[in-house]
Amino acid sequence: MPIEAPAAVPPPPPAVGARFEAVVLPWLDAAWNLARWLARDDADAQDVVQEAMLRALRYFDSFHGGDARVWLLAIVRNTYFTLRAKALPLEPLDEDSHPLVDERATPEALTLLAVDVGSLRQALERLPPPLREALVLRELEECSYKEIATITGQKIGTVMSRLSRARERLRLELAQPARGGATP
Amino acid sequence: MNCDDARRLLHAYLDDELDAAGSAAMAAHLDGCADCAARCREHERLHQALKQPGLYRRAPAALRERWTPRRDTDAPVAQPAPSRRPLAWAAAAGFAGALLLAMPLYHAMQQRGATADVLVDEAVSSHLRSLQPQHLMDVVSTDQHTVKPWFDGRLDFAPRVVDLAGAGFPLAGGRLDALDGRSVAALVYRRRLHVINVYEWPAAAAGASAAQRESRRNGYTVLRWTDAGMHYLAVSDVDPAALREFAADLRRGAGTGDAR
Repeated sequence: MPIEAPAAVPPPPPAVGARFEAVVLPWLDAAWNLARWLARDDADAQDVVQEAMLRALRYFDSFHGGDARVWLLAIVRNTYFTLRAKALPLEPLDEDSHPLVDERATPEALTLLAVDVGSLRQALERLPPPLREALVLRELEECSYKEIATITGQKIGTVMSRLSRARERLRLELAQPARGGATP
Repeated sequence: MNCDDARRLLHAYLDDELDAAGSAAMAAHLDGCADCAARCREHERLHQALKQPGLYRRAPAALRERWTPRRDTDAPVAQPAPSRRPLAWAAAAGFAGALLLAMPLYHAMQQRGATADVLVDEAVSSHLRSLQPQHLMDVVSTDQHTVKPWFDGRLDFAPRVVDLAGAGFPLAGGRLDALDGRSVAALVYRRRLHVINVYEWPAAAAGASAAQRESRRNGYTVLRWTDAGMHYLAVSDVDPAALREFAADLRRGAGTGDAR
């Protein structure tokens, strides 16, 4: 039977302890949400979360209380950026390489046109990763600035300015949905 | 504060990350500057739009399954092998099998408390439904003395209605709703542009009280507690810290003579 010989052998189930299950597993959705938004692709997100969970399991001994969600999300984003750097060593991560529209010149009369899930999803996916990450952590995961700073290893001031750039940019994208097309 | 400052601080303000003085200065500026106020409203709208549950990605079942320990896989092994083993082995295997079969049930019960709380799901759905046009309020009033009597004859209990405008949570109105299989009072409070729904219904025991519990669903925070024989459930998309503050104010108000 061809079914018995799958192309990719799934990794064996990891040995998960009861404490890991109780502390870390409740945040699997959060891990997936962040990974999926960063990777923008199910298969890549799968790799990121699988690897991040393995790391979490490996480092779990060094987790001494605190906020397990923040701890796990930090692992997820670091895993994503590590795997991404391996896969695409030439693409810079810095959002400065993505030309931003001059936010200060935004006409005040510009109003949001479409805020349905589909448009929002496309607009979010077009944001450069550092801005997308800040916005997903704040708006979808509802992290405080301090939590975002811990997860991303940035200063709170950086978090604040990234969030405001992310939102201004998102607002522009949504006000001009036809502009540019969906080039990643 | 001038418009440049306001522009710089707008997002921290919307995220409740400014200190009290900064917040007050920002609010004062927004009161007097139409341009900044319009910008603020746009971002509030964007913020609300990002709450749509469709945007939050949930882990696929296969991934969850892989990371959930499989306690039942050993169970068939432990079933007594037919006739070839002595009876004692069969009994021991049966005992082990019973243990193993009981384990998933035990863990399922433990997990249920953390993840599968029907009431919380129901409350979040009800909150979402209430945000649809025409669903939010049956009685529209910022006056507790209008809202409270409105419930007379519509419910088999008198809900406590507390005025929290002074604490930054003005009352907006109330409506009848259903939760936990019964009619409940739903009170609508506001925090800036956010809506907080508070559900109230009597507990089975007259003087019952229970500690506050917090849950999150799709970006909504749900707080539950029981005071003086009344169940309370508050749900909103405001910052969890703000909702906790709201609950504390509400409990203080309901405990003193403010509740009328």
